[in-house]
Amino acid sequence: MNWRQSTFALPLLIGLLSAVGLLSALLGDGGWDVTAWIGLGVPAILGCWPLLQRSPGRRA
Amino acid sequence: MNSTTIRRWSQVHTWTSLICTLFLLLLALTGLPLIFHHELEHLLGEAPELREMPADTPHLSLQELVDAAERHRQGEVIQYFGLDDDEPNGVVAITAATAGTEPNASHTVMLDARSGEAIEMPAANGGILMVILRLHVDMFAGLPGKLLLAFMGLLFVVAIISGAVLYAPFMRRLKFAEVRREKSTRTRWLDLHNLIGIVTLTWALTVGLTGVISACADLLISAWRTDSLAAMVAPYRHAPPLTERAPVNDVLTIARQAAPGMQPDFIAFPGTRFSSEHHYSVFMKGNTHVTAHLWTPVLIDARSLEVTAVSRRPWYMDALSMSQPLHFGDYGGMPMKVVWAVLDVLTIIVLGSGLYLWWVRRRTPAIQRERAEATA
Repeated sequence: MNWRQSTFALPLLIGLLSAVGLLSALLGDGGWDVTAWIGLGVPAILGCWPLLQRSPGRRA
Repeated sequence: MNSTTIRRWSQVHTWTSLICTLFLLLLALTGLPLIFHHELEHLLGEAPELREMPADTPHLSLQELVDAAERHRQGEVIQYFGLDDDEPNGVVAITAATAGTEPNASHTVMLDARSGEAIEMPAANGGILMVILRLHVDMFAGLPGKLLLAFMGLLFVVAIISGAVLYAPFMRRLKFAEVRREKSTRTRWLDLHNLIGIVTLTWALTVGLTGVISACADLLISAWRTDSLAAMVAPYRHAPPLTERAPVNDVLTIARQAAPGMQPDFIAFPGTRFSSEHHYSVFMKGNTHVTAHLWTPVLIDARSLEVTAVSRRPWYMDALSMSQPLHFGDYGGMPMKVVWAVLDVLTIIVLGSGLYLWWVRRRTPAIQRERAEATA
C-alpha cells in the first residue's frame, strides 16, 4: 500500500476533511452538523488511537 | 530539503514553540471548561432561571425594564440590553457606573421581561467561570494581556507551520501513523508528536488564528468606531450633549422596519462603545445560519427616534464575528463540543510532548544524537 508511504497524501486528506467539518456546521443544522462531527471526529479519533494502544513488551 | 534548511526550520519550530508553550498550555487548559460553559453554568446553578408564569403574561415596556435595571443597581446606568433566543421572557441587562465604563467593570443581570425582577448571573460577574474566562482572555491584565496572548497565538501559528514543514524530513522513511514503539521513549514520543500534530493541524490553525483575531477585538472595535461609526454620526459632531431621551420602548420595532428580514440581537444605549453619544443602536443579525453571526447596526436618534443610519459593518468586524464560533466550537451541538474538547486535549499532548522532546534533546550531546538519528 503506497498511500501510507506518501508523506502528505493522508495528512492533506485529513486536513481537507477537518476544513469541511469546521465550515459545515456554520452553514446549517441536521445533516450539516453531522458532516461536521464526522469531519472533525475522524482527526480526533486518529489522534487518540495511537495513545490508547499498548506498546509491545511494555506493560501499561 | 538539505540539512541546513532543516536545521533552520527546526530552530524556528523550537523557539516559536518554546516561547508560546506555557501560554498555550494555559489557554488550552482554561479553554477546556469554557467549551462547556453553558452546561457548567447550569451544573453550578449559575444559569438564571425565570419564575413560572402563565404563558401569555404580558411583557413590560423596554423603558420600564431600563428603570427596573437602574433601580436594581443603584447609582448605575444601563449600557446594553441583550435578547436571548433561548429565553424569550428574559432580557440580559448590562449596567455600569457610566455608559462608557469598560466591560470588565460592568454588571450583568437577567431581567424577567414580565415583572422586571432582576436575576443575578454569577457566571458573568466574577464567578468561577468568569475567573477562567478572564485567565483565558487577558490573564487579568487588560489590553496588554490580550495583546500578549495574541502574539503568543501568532507564535503558535508559526510553530504549527514550521512543524508541518519539518514533518516531511522526519517522516521520509516512515509510513503514515507509524509509531516506533520498540525504540526509545524519545523516538516513540517523537512519532506521536508528529502524528497527533499533523492530524490536528487544520483545527489547531483555525482555533489559533481565530483566537488571535478575537484577542485583537478591542483594536478592531476602536477601528470600527473611528472609521465606520464616526462617519455614520458625522452630522452630530457639533450637536449639544444629549439631555433628554425619548423612551426606548419602540426601538426594536423601528429597527425591524429599517432592516427587514433581520432580527434584533442587542441594544447599545447612548454613550457606550457600540453606540454614539446621541443614539440608541440596535444591532440586527441575519436570519440564516451564516448571517446570524453578522450584525448590522441601526442607529436611532435617542431624542427624535428617527433612524439616521443603517450600515453593514466593515469586513474586519465580520471577520471578528465569524471568529467567535470557529474559536469556541459552540455551533454544532453537543457532539461538536465533545470533539472540540478531544482536539483540545490532543493539543495539550502535542505541547507537552514537544516540551519533553526539547528537554531530552538538549541533554543529549549533538554527536551522539546524529549517530542515533542515522541509525533510527
